[in-house]
Amino acid sequence: MRINWTSVCVDDQEKALRFYTETLGFRVKHNIPLGEHAWITVVSEEAPEGTELVLEPAGHPAVVPFRKALVEDGIPYTAFAVDDVEAEHERLVAEGVRFVQPPTDLGTVITAVFDDTCGNLIQIMEEKAQP
Amino acid sequence: MDIYRAIADRTRRAILDELVDRSGQSLFELCARLIMKHGIESSRQAISQHLDVLEAAGLIRTRREGRSKLHWFEGSPLKAIGERWPISTDEDTSHSTDEDNEK
Repeated sequence: MRINWTSVCVDDQEKALRFYTETLGFRVKHNIPLGEHAWITVVSEEAPEGTELVLEPAGHPAVVPFRKALVEDGIPYTAFAVDDVEAEHERLVAEGVRFVQPPTDLGTVITAVFDDTCGNLIQIMEEKAQP
Repeated sequence: MDIYRAIADRTRRAILDELVDRSGQSLFELCARLIMKHGIESSRQAISQHLDVLEAAGLIRTRREGRSKLHWFEGSPLKAIGERWPISTDEDTSHSTDEDNEK
């Protein structure tokens, strides 16, 4: 058993595809039309053979209150690893991304949280080198 | 809720410390700071209840930014403490100073 895919529910798949590729910098791996929606996955440029992120349509009625409650309390839907949170924050702010939590040093990690404009908050995390 | 009861709890004081460090935090950020910086492992629900107590005492304000609820420290109710027990301006503070030095 392998973890090849993980998913994030998005309001609008086309908008999400633009945000996750053009703004975040991921690369499209699959984009297979399936009737009303499509099976869209993206991968990191740094790990094109790595785990694929599925941009899942947020169609189920239960998804709406679930995500609303997470966003209200500032809870990220998922998290991505970065080498330098400060540098990523600066780059994404310049791209117009809204952060609900700026880079914050929490001891063993530095984290920040931004709005993916598709209904989710996403955390970026840098693991600090252990002394 | 009076401010004395509101600040009588270690977790609630830590929440205020963190909101002074950075204004406008979500529940998630506060919980992360409390566990990582203070070793306070309370549930989100418990922290949420502490926030309700602090808000009722007027010590924090909340505001929506986008669809997230953020929290701010509000220090003005603490003025009542200084007004009730004004800090003496004369130099007769030797007793407390000695105590501090003995620690």
